[in-house]
Amino acid sequence: MSILNALTPHPVLAAAADWQKTFFEIVSGRPPLVWEQVTASVALIAMVFVPSVLLLAMFSIWWERKVCAHMQSRPGPNRVGPIGLLQSLADGIKLILKEDLTPAAADRVLFRLAPYLSFAPVFAAFLALPFGPNLTFEPKLNAGVFWILAVLSVEVMGVILAGWSSNNKWAIYGAMREACQMVSYEIPLGLSIIIGVMAAGTLNLVELGHLQGGGIHTWIVFKNPFVFCAFFVYFIASLASNKRAPFDLPESESELVAGFHTEYSGMRFAFFFFAEYAAMFIVGSIQTALFLGGWNDPFGIIGHYYSQWIGDPAAHRNSLIVLNLIAIAIFITKALGIVFVQMWIRWTLPRPRIDQVLYVCVKVLIPAACVLLLGAALWELLVPSWHQAGLIDNPLPWFHYNPRSWSDWARGGATTSLVVQVILALIGVSIVSAIALWVGYAFITRRTVKQRLTDPDPIPEPA
Amino acid sequence: MELTLAISSSPIIGLNHYLVLAAFIFVCGLLSMMLKRNAIGILMGVELILNAANINLVAFNRFSYAYSPDHKPMLDGQVFAIFVIVLAAAEAAVALAIFLNYYNNFNTIDVERAQTLKG
Amino acid sequence: MNSIASILALSVDAQTVPAVLFYLFAGISAASALGVVLSRNIVRTAVCLLFTLVGVAGLYFLLESEFLAAVQLVVYVGGTLILIVFGVMLTSKSPFSRFEPKAGEVVVAIAACIILFAALVMAIRSADFRPQTLDTTQKYPVVALGQALLGDYLVPFELASVVLLVVMIGAAYLAKSRKRDDKRAVARGAATLSQKARQWS
Repeated sequence: MSILNALTPHPVLAAAADWQKTFFEIVSGRPPLVWEQVTASVALIAMVFVPSVLLLAMFSIWWERKVCAHMQSRPGPNRVGPIGLLQSLADGIKLILKEDLTPAAADRVLFRLAPYLSFAPVFAAFLALPFGPNLTFEPKLNAGVFWILAVLSVEVMGVILAGWSSNNKWAIYGAMREACQMVSYEIPLGLSIIIGVMAAGTLNLVELGHLQGGGIHTWIVFKNPFVFCAFFVYFIASLASNKRAPFDLPESESELVAGFHTEYSGMRFAFFFFAEYAAMFIVGSIQTALFLGGWNDPFGIIGHYYSQWIGDPAAHRNSLIVLNLIAIAIFITKALGIVFVQMWIRWTLPRPRIDQVLYVCVKVLIPAACVLLLGAALWELLVPSWHQAGLIDNPLPWFHYNPRSWSDWARGGATTSLVVQVILALIGVSIVSAIALWVGYAFITRRTVKQRLTDPDPIPEPA
Repeated sequence: MELTLAISSSPIIGLNHYLVLAAFIFVCGLLSMMLKRNAIGILMGVELILNAANINLVAFNRFSYAYSPDHKPMLDGQVFAIFVIVLAAAEAAVALAIFLNYYNNFNTIDVERAQTLKG
Repeated sequence: MNSIASILALSVDAQTVPAVLFYLFAGISAASALGVVLSRNIVRTAVCLLFTLVGVAGLYFLLESEFLAAVQLVVYVGGTLILIVFGVMLTSKSPFSRFEPKAGEVVVAIAACIILFAALVMAIRSADFRPQTLDTTQKYPVVALGQALLGDYLVPFELASVVLLVVMIGAAYLAKSRKRDDKRAVARGAATLSQKARQWS
């Protein structure tokens, strides 16, 4: 578009037209036929997505138990397999073998339907996640972010039905709490996503990934101060909509036995469990894809090489495949990092009352999100950016401009936002590294479990 | 029978398929409005009818008015459908508040019991 | 292997996939719409409505309006339907409540609806809607939808937001009024109690 006239072309600009290619095109060098696409989709869903969703959920369950154990000074699962890695598998086998009970007073059809209703949406959301520059199941989904959010909001129906059909008062209390919580926390969740999307200018998850390819200062969380705050609003709201502690009122075991899944046993119980852990991964992935740079590394290396190689995919076929595999590893690592923070918070904070949970949503998070939305809108209006200079709406780093060159930013008129982005990125990096140093110091100076159990000396009081 | 005729006449899925489906959902909604005596069941019938109308709006937009003469995408049907969805949510909220009041006053949700004004 | 590929290539062309998906989603939504009518248990009716709404969202997807499909799921399934289920839970005394219509009503209603459906289908078949030739490669950009909502349709958009605000206040007031009376009664009771206490002391 007009950026071609306004900017002298970057050496790689010729490739800008086809930054969106499927993995199939890269491997075989031509667009797929219809039947190939159908077969590949079915095979992908059956042979890649189903096992990997189950694997991720099982890994997260094991990991959560390990994290909680270490926070409580005990070793956690360590008998089945190396460092207890196969514990989830053993639990799964146990759950399959257990009797599948349906209470006599339950509504049988709905009772059986509910676990699938809560698991299926989570699975559907996986199909839209952008794992790498060419590794998205449906790359042309124009409303990708919103679509994942929409699919996840169906999950609550399964929980409500489980609680209702069990015909058990604890279960119905849990279901009612879940419905309250989900419906009210969807508002700050949606608003904070809108703030991120406003800064990015697109809902397409693949385009979001490419937009953030120019290094850590182009990540959307550092675009402006309001997005930076919205990132935390999103995280809190996602905890609540996922019914994770401290917002796990729907299944608070000290009050409601097990909440909505009190009456479930065996495999149906496992479905609820899988759904919860897969949903944790998905909200982490949305956060990664929308705020934390998606599959890109902090230095913009992946974006740089991708933009150079995609111009001639036939010559760089193997390099592109390797690049995609590295991208998928980075994406999953980032998402699992967010899942780790969710676990960390669960085992650190106490549980508030249900009215306090709703108070936080209605009187704190929603007003905060509205103020941030207003601020982000004003920022887009007032701070000079590329599209105000008459250039294209979403300039992709490396394709349309060089993210490391001051002169390119200056030509686009976006120097103010560049300065803000760099400052925010420095703040973000220093926060993360301060936490990492703190945790690392605690890890180095720790006493092992054996020392704690056998050491007769009390821990010395600080002077 | 009419449904199968409509489908078998054209191999490619077109406007008529969507219209017949919408007509079917509309009729289902109407039927459940007529037959349910539970006030919330009637509300569900209304939702079905609104959905049928929405399918029609979006299908007409897609098949008959997708592009203006100068080849710009036209989105009137989708915009209307969004408004219908938003207003349906508002309507459901008000209707449920009324039903809760009704339940408080009559101790039932059966619409036939509201006959205190009957001469 | 090659023969399988050629058979697949012959049988699966660009028209088949949307057709199969259409019949799938249409089947889901039509069958569950029928379920809404036939089911006597109000919670099961709500579940049938859930499947109708999801099927309609799939149809929007086929009609190239992904954003609308997402709106349908968020607002209808995640909002309206949950409100309805809440209403069901708050208003049903026995766990699985039933209300039966009279037999005469059923016959009349079904007859009227069949006639209406036949008339609608005949009207659809005889009408000439003149479909445009479609450019299937071009998708509706979400940007265009946003520009339409905040451009041509700005006044309805703002009116809808005002309606939502009014509805929020109205629904909260309607649902709350009974409770306020209770509070007043409790307050009155407390006042008389404290009066009596004063008299005795």
